[in-house]
Amino acid sequence: MKRMQSRRLFLVSFVCVFMSSLPIPVQAKKLNVVTATTDMAALAQEVGGDRISVEAIAKGYQDPHFVEAKPSFLLKLRQADLLIVVGLQLEIGWLPPLVTQSGNGRVQVGANGYLDASQFAEILDIPTGTVTRAMGDVHPLGNPHYWLDPDNGRRIAKGIAGKLGELDPEDARYFEGRYQDFDKRLTAAEQKWDSEMKPFHGRKVVTYHNSFPNFAKHFGLNVIGYVEPRPGIPPTPSHTIELIGLMKRENCKVILVEPYFDLKTPNSIARETGGKLVQYLPSVGGEKDVTDYFKLFDYDIGLLTQAFQATQ
Amino acid sequence: MMIAIRFSNTQSSANFDPADSDPATMRFEELGFFCSGGHNPMKTLILWAGIAMFAAIPIWAQQAGSRPSQNSVPDVAAMQQQIRDLQDRLIALEGQVRMLKSAQPAPAGSAGAVTTPSPTPAPEVPVAAVTAPAEQTTTFGGAGGSAAKALNPDISVIGDFIGAAGTGTVPPLAQQTPFPSMQMHESEVGLQAIIDPYARGDFFISFGEEGVNLEEGYITFTALPKSLVVKVGKMRSAFGKVNTLHNHVLPWIDRPLATTNLVGGEDGIDDAGFSIQRIIPAPKGIFLEATGQVFRGDSGGGLQSVFKSWQRSDVSTVAHLRSYKDLTESTNVDIGLSYARGYNDFGPNFITNLYGLDATVRWKPLRRSIYHSIVGRGELFWSQRQQLPVEQRTFGLYASVDYQLGRRWFLGGRFDRSGRSQFANLTDQGGSAVLTYWPSEFSQIRGQYRYTNYAEGRSANELLLQLIFSLGAHGAHPF
Repeated sequence: MKRMQSRRLFLVSFVCVFMSSLPIPVQAKKLNVVTATTDMAALAQEVGGDRISVEAIAKGYQDPHFVEAKPSFLLKLRQADLLIVVGLQLEIGWLPPLVTQSGNGRVQVGANGYLDASQFAEILDIPTGTVTRAMGDVHPLGNPHYWLDPDNGRRIAKGIAGKLGELDPEDARYFEGRYQDFDKRLTAAEQKWDSEMKPFHGRKVVTYHNSFPNFAKHFGLNVIGYVEPRPGIPPTPSHTIELIGLMKRENCKVILVEPYFDLKTPNSIARETGGKLVQYLPSVGGEKDVTDYFKLFDYDIGLLTQAFQATQ
Repeated sequence: MMIAIRFSNTQSSANFDPADSDPATMRFEELGFFCSGGHNPMKTLILWAGIAMFAAIPIWAQQAGSRPSQNSVPDVAAMQQQIRDLQDRLIALEGQVRMLKSAQPAPAGSAGAVTTPSPTPAPEVPVAAVTAPAEQTTTFGGAGGSAAKALNPDISVIGDFIGAAGTGTVPPLAQQTPFPSMQMHESEVGLQAIIDPYARGDFFISFGEEGVNLEEGYITFTALPKSLVVKVGKMRSAFGKVNTLHNHVLPWIDRPLATTNLVGGEDGIDDAGFSIQRIIPAPKGIFLEATGQVFRGDSGGGLQSVFKSWQRSDVSTVAHLRSYKDLTESTNVDIGLSYARGYNDFGPNFITNLYGLDATVRWKPLRRSIYHSIVGRGELFWSQRQQLPVEQRTFGLYASVDYQLGRRWFLGGRFDRSGRSQFANLTDQGGSAVLTYWPSEFSQIRGQYRYTNYAEGRSANELLLQLIFSLGAHGAHPF
């Protein structure tokens, strides 16, 4: 008798799961793109136009290393045709369980709908020799903050356009055309940015986290130190004193801080060195009006040129 | 084609000596076109690719030289354009090399087909090369796509050292296991990898000071139709919240009294079987997920025994329904209902039914997410255990709060109250205060003051101290 009951309960406990296996409503032909960060979303939007719908998981003002793997993201992921990630282990702390749990075979690592954008970009700070955690939370594959170089933006956009065309061959020409247009607009904008930054070529800056190398390389800035003693390790008094000394010796007056870091230490460094603190944006959407890839550079370059002028 | 051959050489010959290409590489680096460092056979690939590209320059230079207006502006612009194109191609190649390095070698026979970037020197080629075969981006090895250990899974070890002080004598019928003065409580080895395009595997083997226990070891099928996610193996069951968590991700050193008394203690309902889960479409941005699991029917041991299988048909079942909603971008609510059923250790025909309700509220402001957060959590369990002379029905609960004070500091508290599964009229009660310090993401030091008032009238005041340290790449845990 009890065993019979057991069987029945066995079945009951599964009914809810199978009941839910109803067909997913098929949406109109529009590629569903989910990206790990807003920058990839902005670039995908540039080339995808109205043939795709894009959503980013992390917000632009959030530390992309520490995003919570909220179940609500699963709702986005399970519908996705394409998942674009920054890669280089930036999302290692939160994206893998989301991808596994999504139940969406299209976006699993290695599937056709999984795109690691780092393969298109110029990657800096690739560690040589042995990598250990004594170096802090170092990224063994290279610095994942690579999108802040317009040339990389162009390369990523091109890569995304190619992938979109592969997933939706009918619109491949459209995506290619959008890329060409983006390329033109970016080249024009780049000339403007280059000329705005030219007077400050070779200027020295300090950043909180090492998330600035590609920008610095492109615009000829010199990053001489970091507020963090090691990547991912919060500032320590001894390191801060060292950094202040270094900035004074090198006559470095500009401290760049990502919007998700505490300002207490950077502020005291600025006071000690007579420098200027700049809360720059590493990502699209860091501020309300920074809504696309172009505005991101406009915003950051605006802040930087002001800061450089003020600390002439 | 030459590139492909060169690559497969470096992959297959273990004694390949990168030194024989070094002088050339050095010169190449001096030119400043080569930015990825390290003495790696993979360099050779880039080197050859680079040489192939630079071979184009003299030809172009000769053409330019034959024109009358050598230094005219269009020529300089064209030259700059050419250099940019070459740079782009080099970067595209570097990217491909990175992808190949982090990818597990494709199954025999397909390698040649995969690595065939077009050698045509036309400047338009990067598009083709970059967007070429999608298989090239495959990162099968390593759950997170880590490099340099192509075939190895991600390996991690998490050490859990616990020290205890204070009066800690546990009454003979209580289910709590006392902590010794010092103990290497657990060393959890994690081995995780993507198995093939359809599944991934996770193993968590926990070593005590003596003895080994397969805490979890399962395959997850990730690419099934109808958005189903199926796991097969030994796993922590989906009964409630705390039951799913490994020791090192708990916000406390111990487990709540209710878990110890009713749900199998430290290992909880952790059994071999299979699990099917699926997200159920729900309106208003609500996340709804149903999980059904069937296990052999053995969980817990001794006084902590929950289920015991007397014969093959004595399987235990677990069902879980989870709902989740973002209230704002920084606040969310997570509510779950659980049910578990199986045979107990009293005798072959005695059944235990367990019901659970869990609720979690989280707050984490996104702009300062690494500095502040609050997690409030509570679970309520109801246990019905058939035994002689009468069925024992009892409930247990805990409620806890954890507040992140700063980047490295967490403060928490927990209230406990629970009957005992086999002695429903005996109710234990307790409370804890916890302070945690994180030197880095990879280690933590925790102190916990624990007060327990056992049903027998005895009480215990204990100070527990814990050190958790993590080696290697431990995959992220589900939220």
